[in-house]
Amino acid sequence: MLVYDKRKLMETDQDRIINDVTSGDYKYGFYTDIETEKIPRGLNEDTVRLISEKKEEPEWLLEFRLKSFRQWQNMKMPSWANLKIPEIDYQDIIYYAAPRQKPRVNSLDDIDPELKRTFDRLGIPLEEQKHLSGVAVDAVMDSVSVKTTFRETLAEMGIIFCSFSEAVREFPELVRRYMGSVVPYTDNFFAALNSAVFSDGSFCYVPKGIRCPMELSTYFRINSANTGQFERTLLVADEESYVSYLEGCTAPMRDENQLHAAVVEIIAEKNAEVKYSTVQNWYPGDKDGNGGIFNFVTKRGLCRGEGSKISWTQVETGSAITWKYPSCILRGDNSTGEFYSVAVTNNHQQADTGTKMIHIGRNTKSTIVSKGISAGYGQNSYRGLVKVLKNAKDARNFSQCDSLLLGDKCGAHTFPYLEVDNQSAIVEHEATTSKIGEDQIFYCNQRGISTEDAIGLIVNGYAREVINKLPMEFAVEAQKLLQISLEGSVG
Amino acid sequence: MLVIKNLHAAIEGKKILRGISLEVKPGEIHAIMGPNGSGKSTLAAVLAGRDLAEVTEGSVTYFGRNLLEMAPEDRSREGIFLGFQYPIEIPGVSMVNFLKTAVNEHRKYKGLEPLSASDFLRIMREKKELVDIDSKLANRSVNEGFSGGEKKKNEIFQMAMLEPKLAILDETDSGLDIDALRVVANGVNKLKRPDNSAIVITHYQRLLDYIVPDVVHVLYDGRIVKSAGKELALELEEKGYDWIKKEVDNQN
Repeated sequence: MLVYDKRKLMETDQDRIINDVTSGDYKYGFYTDIETEKIPRGLNEDTVRLISEKKEEPEWLLEFRLKSFRQWQNMKMPSWANLKIPEIDYQDIIYYAAPRQKPRVNSLDDIDPELKRTFDRLGIPLEEQKHLSGVAVDAVMDSVSVKTTFRETLAEMGIIFCSFSEAVREFPELVRRYMGSVVPYTDNFFAALNSAVFSDGSFCYVPKGIRCPMELSTYFRINSANTGQFERTLLVADEESYVSYLEGCTAPMRDENQLHAAVVEIIAEKNAEVKYSTVQNWYPGDKDGNGGIFNFVTKRGLCRGEGSKISWTQVETGSAITWKYPSCILRGDNSTGEFYSVAVTNNHQQADTGTKMIHIGRNTKSTIVSKGISAGYGQNSYRGLVKVLKNAKDARNFSQCDSLLLGDKCGAHTFPYLEVDNQSAIVEHEATTSKIGEDQIFYCNQRGISTEDAIGLIVNGYAREVINKLPMEFAVEAQKLLQISLEGSVG
Repeated sequence: MLVIKNLHAAIEGKKILRGISLEVKPGEIHAIMGPNGSGKSTLAAVLAGRDLAEVTEGSVTYFGRNLLEMAPEDRSREGIFLGFQYPIEIPGVSMVNFLKTAVNEHRKYKGLEPLSASDFLRIMREKKELVDIDSKLANRSVNEGFSGGEKKKNEIFQMAMLEPKLAILDETDSGLDIDALRVVANGVNKLKRPDNSAIVITHYQRLLDYIVPDVVHVLYDGRIVKSAGKELALELEEKGYDWIKKEVDNQN
């Protein structure tokens, strides 16, 4: 019965969405006028020390940051992606900005009402009693975590869910053990940068044998101008545990580009399962390609234990530039990695996104479903690596990469890479490119559905396989977003 | 209901319709027959608002309004239904979702509240029984992987859901075996009301064994060259189109 009710809810929601969505503007583009503490622009060792000091960090973390910074100084921005990236002046960015409030928030009353209102406007409830769907939220604005809900409820089960800074203070051993174990600071340019200057993010640890009873969610908001956001998320699922984690992001509309360079690390121990879902809605820039977020993110999961599973689902509608490859290292025997992605590029947006599935253990399985949607002058690239190492006996991969084009000025590109060193591997790759047909739109028109709604319907149908993987609350938002992102793209 | 006067239309500059005049009154069923390439499907497309065909001359009024100025979706909402000769596949969009969107758009247009999910599902069940289609069709994506027969039945099912005033069935019978043909025809007959009308475009007479027309028109070379009662269809079945072609060619 519950299932039926949920579906009903979904259907009415769909109606509401279709009625609701009549203007194609970015709805989260407002700016909150709140007193913010910022450090001066620019990046050098002193900046790194200052951030560490502001966060009252232990020595080992400062050392980690400094090592990372020195590493970063010797690295170059990667240029292999199919992206046109304007010159980024790393000395012109503010690396730390925090809403000024009491340093440690214990109750909701301690939070600045303006801040609370901001998250209300974004539809992110910070008040637990009002929140019926049972999602625990960690809200991050600019460089700091504002509030984590349901901490106590989760703590009773031994689940740790808090901001990264708190984790460093309260669970330093866990952080030390796992941080950098999946994405080392030497990994790439942006990971090194993040490791040097990361300010906050979320930390989650699910102990042995525990199924986390609610969705955990982090909501990232860039508010201040000229500020970069560098958050770090660390998820550890101990043996036989399960957790589903959601991530959402928005930013105000601005003419200048802003940098977002995050690192997400997931560790799944024996028979643990982690579902990580993202609805990425950073400000994409205006119709002419001015402004928007540069989104350079390193996300990687390690299926360390036998029989573990990590599943990435992403709906990418925002950002001017997206560079992102949520990946799985399948080290444990019989472990599973999944990647489900919908990436939309409209107007002048560019996305180079995909995944890496590294098969190390025996009987490891991976599934890749990538759905690119390009409209306007958007450029959408899928880049994926399936690598089967020598000892990965009986590895299996299935990849499906579809591209949908709206209009004739956009582009879709597919770059699949295969490296197979074990002959027992079975690797399948399917790819399609299609256009929304005039005849499909006319068919809808003839049934009374307007062209705009028809496109929404067709696109959501195209992306359904991925959207179905999202938790209910997010699926509805994702459908809405897809429709909004593509409005006005077919004339 | 529908008045077509001297309608000329071209596709990519090529003249297809060369002066069609036709009046359909409430309650009437008109059959339009004719050899391949005579312009039958173009006429259907023009009436439904497909912009592939460009109207170069003439007028079409529908309940006194200029039909040619109306957007295709508004024509649908005003009660014009086109049964497609080749129904289109929309992958990933379930029939339920598709029809619910369509039905609610029609309701919105009439100033009615959208149907609740339970009301919608009840109506859908009723209509499915009425047109005798497999209930599994409704859970699949729009026309995706449907057989030819299933696609045509699905058109009739959609017609049942949208309750049009004027149904235009474009060769709905083509490619159907006799059982499917009967299902389609029965559906059309069951949906018949005294005030709604249909234009049945067909290449063969056999559909008209089941759907009895008030008038049969023969379309040839973009014009209606002959109109008569239902017996004309039988004559065409027997003698083919050649005698009509000859008649027309002699007149020219």
